[in-house]
Formats: sequence, C-alpha cells, structure tokens
Amino acid sequence: MTTLTKEAGAPVPADADAFLSVRDLHVSFKTEDGIVRAVDGLSFDLERGRTLGIVGESGSGKSVTNLTILGLHNPMFTTVEGEILLEGQELTTARESELEKLRGNKVAMIFQDPLTALSPYYTVGRQIAEPYMKHMGASKKAAWERAVEMLGKVGIPNPKQRAKDYPHQFSGGMRQRAMIAMALVCDPDLLIADEPTTALDVTVQAQILDLLKDLQQEFGSAIIFITHDLGVIADMADDIMVMYAGGAVERGTVNEVLRAPQHPYTWGLLNSMPRLDSDPNAPLAPIPGTPPSLLNPPSGCRFHPRCTFQDRVGGTRCVTEAPSLGPDRSSACHLTAEQKRTIFLEEIKPRLHQRP
Amino acid sequence: MLRFLVRRSLGAVVILFLLSIVTFLLFFGMPRDPALLMCGKTCTPANLENLHRVLGLDKPIPEQYWIFLKNLVMGSDDFAQGPCPAPCFGYSYHSNEQVWGTLMDRLPTTLSLTLGGAVCFLIIGLGTGLIAAWKRGTLVDKTFTAGAMVISSMQIYFLGPLALAILVYQTHVFDKPAYNEFTENPAAWFGGLIIPWVVLSTIFASQYTRMARSSMIEQLQEEHVRTARAKGMSRRYVFFRYAWRGSLIPIVTIFGIDLGSLLGGAIITEYTFGLPGLGRLAVESVFFSDLPLLLGVMLFSATMILLCNIVVDAAYAFIDPRVRLA
Repeated sequence: MTTLTKEAGAPVPADADAFLSVRDLHVSFKTEDGIVRAVDGLSFDLERGRTLGIVGESGSGKSVTNLTILGLHNPMFTTVEGEILLEGQELTTARESELEKLRGNKVAMIFQDPLTALSPYYTVGRQIAEPYMKHMGASKKAAWERAVEMLGKVGIPNPKQRAKDYPHQFSGGMRQRAMIAMALVCDPDLLIADEPTTALDVTVQAQILDLLKDLQQEFGSAIIFITHDLGVIADMADDIMVMYAGGAVERGTVNEVLRAPQHPYTWGLLNSMPRLDSDPNAPLAPIPGTPPSLLNPPSGCRFHPRCTFQDRVGGTRCVTEAPSLGPDRSSACHLTAEQKRTIFLEEIKPRLHQRP
Repeated sequence: MLRFLVRRSLGAVVILFLLSIVTFLLFFGMPRDPALLMCGKTCTPANLENLHRVLGLDKPIPEQYWIFLKNLVMGSDDFAQGPCPAPCFGYSYHSNEQVWGTLMDRLPTTLSLTLGGAVCFLIIGLGTGLIAAWKRGTLVDKTFTAGAMVISSMQIYFLGPLALAILVYQTHVFDKPAYNEFTENPAAWFGGLIIPWVVLSTIFASQYTRMARSSMIEQLQEEHVRTARAKGMSRRYVFFRYAWRGSLIPIVTIFGIDLGSLLGGAIITEYTFGLPGLGRLAVESVFFSDLPLLLGVMLFSATMILLCNIVVDAAYAFIDPRVRLA
C-alpha cells in the first residue's frame, strides 16, 4: 500500500509529496433545516497513475468530495474546512482564477449522465475544443482538429463528421465517449469519474470501462472513480475507499477490500449485490434501515443504527465512541481484527457464494 | 425550414378564416343595429331600410360573408364611396373611409409605440434580470427583485397619468405625448413618444427582469453548465454562452406573445396618452358597431399575433438545435 498511508482525522500533515492529498476535509451546506455535514473528516492520498475507487450509497459524500476538489460547490451555501493538496498546491483556499486554470486542464471530470452533462446548444466538437483553446491557447482551427482527434481516440467512427453533431444526435454510449474525450483533451493528470457508467447499459458500460483503462495507460493519469457498483470497482480500481455518511469506513487495495472486507457496511454492500454464480432463488440481503440524515448524524459510529454486529462489540462503545480509520489497510469499526476475520469467513462469505 | 414556414403560414390562414367567421357571427349577435346608429335622431323607417340595403345588411348572413371574402381577396368597385382595391375590408360605416386605409394610417403610431417600447423594455428588463442573476443573493439582486415586484403590480393607467402630471404638466421636461411622422420630423417623433415608451417599458420590463433572473438561475443549476465550469470555462463565459442560451427559450416565447398583442393595439396605453393607434381604432369600431372596421382591426391584430408566433417558433430553431432537427 503506497497510496493510502495516513490515518484519518489524526493530526497528520498533508502529504506534500503525494500527487493528491486530502486531509481532514469537512464540507457542510447551510440549508433551511440546518447544517448538513456532507463530508466529515475525510482524508486520503492518491498517486500518479493509480486509480482510487470510492464506493458508497447515494448521499455518502462521494460526489461532494470531488466537486470540492475542483471548487465546484456553491460558495454561498457551502463551508469547506481541511486541506486539499494537488502537487503541493492548496485548493481549498485557492482563488477562483487559479482553479479555473486547473479545471479541465490538470484535473478533469466525467459526469454521470452525459445527456444532461453536455450542453444541447453546441456541437460536440466545439464543446471538446473549448477547454483546449482556453488552456492550451490553441487557435479555433487547431482546437477543432484536436477535438476530432480526441473523438477518434475514444472510438467514435467518422470523427470528422460526428464532431459537427449535437449531443442529442449521439447515442448514450457515444455521448459518454464524447464526454471522456472532452475530459482528456488537455491531458489531465487527475481524472475524476463520477459514476461514469451508471446511466449506460451493461455492454456499453464494459466498453467505456475498457476505454478508460486504455486511456489511463496512454495518458498516465490518476483516476478517482466514484461508483456504487462494486463490480465496476473490481474491474477498474487499484485501491478502494468505502464511504458512509460523509466519512471513509474502510480502505485498502481492491484485493484486500473485496476478498477480505472488514467493515460491516462493506459486508452489507457485498451482500446486497447480485452475482451470476449465486443461487437465483436466494434473496438478496439489503442493508436494513436507511442512510442516516446528515443534518443529525448518529452518535458514535455512524453505522451503528443499521449494524447487526453491534452486540459483538459489547457495551455501548458503538453508540458513544466514533471508531477511527487506521493507516493503510484499515476499517473504522470497533470489532477486533480477529472478530472481523472470523465473522467474514464464517457468516458473510458462505452467503456470498451460495450455490443451488 | 421553408416547409415549416409554409405549413405554419397555411395554418395561420385557416385560423384567420375561422376568426373572421366567428367575428361575423358575433357581430350579428349584437343587439345594436349599425344602420339605426347611422340614421340618427330623425330616422324614418324608409331611411332605415334604405341604409340596410346600402350597407348590404338586408342580405342573408352567409351571402354577406361571401361578399366580404370576395372583396377581401379581389377588391371591389361596387361601393358607393368609390373603388376599393384588395385587401378590401370595405368602407367604415362611421367615417365612410376605406378600412384598409384607416388601418394603414393608424399602424405607424402603434408600430412606433410598440417597437420603441419593446426595445426599451428588453434592454432594461433583460439587463436588470441578468445583473440580478449574476449578483444573486446580494443587495443589488434584492433591490432589483423587489423593485420589479412593486412596478409590475402597477398599471399603465396609474403610472401613465403620474408620469404625465410630473414630467409634462408640472416640470415641462417633455412634450405632451403625440404622434409625429418619423419621416417628417424624427426629433418630434422621438419627443412625442418618449413618455409612452418609458411608461410602457417600465411595466413590461419588470416582468422581464423577474423572468430573466429566474430562468438564468434555473439554467445555472443545469448539469451542462456545471460541466462547462468543470472544464475551466470562466464564470462570465459560462453565464453568457451556456446559461443565457438556455434562458432564451422562455424569454423569446413571452416576448412573442407580448409583441404580438401590442402590435394589435395597446389599447390602454393609447388611451392614456391620447395616441391614435390601432387599439383605439378597435374600441371605436365596437362602439359604433362598425362591422367593416371591426373585421379589419380584428383580422389585422390576429395576423400580427400569428406572425409573431411563427417568428418565435422559427427563432426556437436557431436557439435550440434539438428543435431544428425534430
């Protein structure tokens, strides 16, 4: 483990050597009902060329974290505390003009729904060319040629013609390819993909994932891949961070987290995922309860109201004391390491591989 | 595009045709007899019958309508008052003038009032709306929004006389509103219309302020606008290129409706400022049960509204490529 090194919430300074280093990030929104703590004490590091998968339910703070990295939150209602260092440059306090230079240039983003995320009013080619003109100072003609080149690179047939089309003339998969072309046009060092395949059907999904992997090889970007689909993450990521209610609850490499998950929430996620090799009659086991309100998060461990293993910890520790996430491979849970291992092997794993 | 225009124009002709039938029927449903009105106090039954015959009112309604249509398309020499070239709406019962000529006399007033007013209220309304959206949540935004709210709840017949009282009769800053031909004296044309423009545009502008602001704010929350920000485009660029483009659709829609109905005659404004436009003509034609004039004004106003609608629909295609190809 080289990418996830420092303990969450602990007063460890941000790693200025890491490519991207997030330390003790707090993001809260002012709403009419009160203050929503969307991200609460999140830390992680990411190195060049690696892919970090962030997994979690809707509202766990995945997207907010990444919008905050780019400074795309609404400053009128949002408070950001903590540090975000990109190659040593502090982003939380950076001026808007500096962020503009980073966006689409050093850090690019791919959004979930390419139909709503591309403007219906401009041609695909123009939308890809725009950031190239802005960041590279390219002429209109050069930027257009670059856009055509990028469209070809992401596998759009006849890119010269298609660049003149509008997004609604593209199919869903093609639109997402165009979106990827747009994100990669300035050769970014960091690519943030926010559920890039959620709106696509499964075959197209596989194509897009392959494309992203190929392009990562070619461009050497670091990728933050946000999803709620563990299957996708297994395919894409080097490291995984599982988020719940605004904080990280487990992290490790893909193999560690998916082969030997330690946190009851991760178990729940795995349990609620259908598998091709499981008994078609065996019911899925969803996590009981609903994600907590971030207006009023639960005390202690935020997962405790939904956790079925609370009694194994004993006492009221789960309710009173927030577990911390250790360095490297770790999970934020009061169960002992031995308990985590045995519960997974004896109670969780057999259910994941039920055969008819 | 051409097919679209042809199709819409044919549709408009059908609507005008139906409208003329309805107007015709409604007219004969009116309790007042135009001949009786023309005949005056010393009316004898013989006179009245003679008038009915002269006006063609003794013929059955379908035949009268047929004659009206025929005259409209082909023109007519049958009128006692003289020849009437197409488009012939006949001669006014009240003034004995050719209806088409009267319309054309009144049109420049309405056209000047409307177009001048429209330019003012678009600039003021959209300008303040955009500033409010850009500075959303600040004092400027709140001032503009509150001001627009107050002004839009006022009426021309309040604001108009107020402006006249202060600016014309007390301080003599401006001339009394009047219509002067632009071609004869541009300065007088401008001076005579400035107060109507200001009053008209103040009230309309406030609606455009609110509409531009809310539709910009809505657009700024669109995902594609966020994408544009995420690729590093500046706030100004995103505001004017991405959000503004999307805001245009509702604005153009409302503008088309407003312009169309104003071109058909801004009745209250024209009465308030004593301007002889189409709106006044419409009211007068009803007042005098003047069928040819009534039909003329009605069809002319309707044509203006339909024309504006077609222009708006064509404008959609320029604004939104999804419409273009659908």
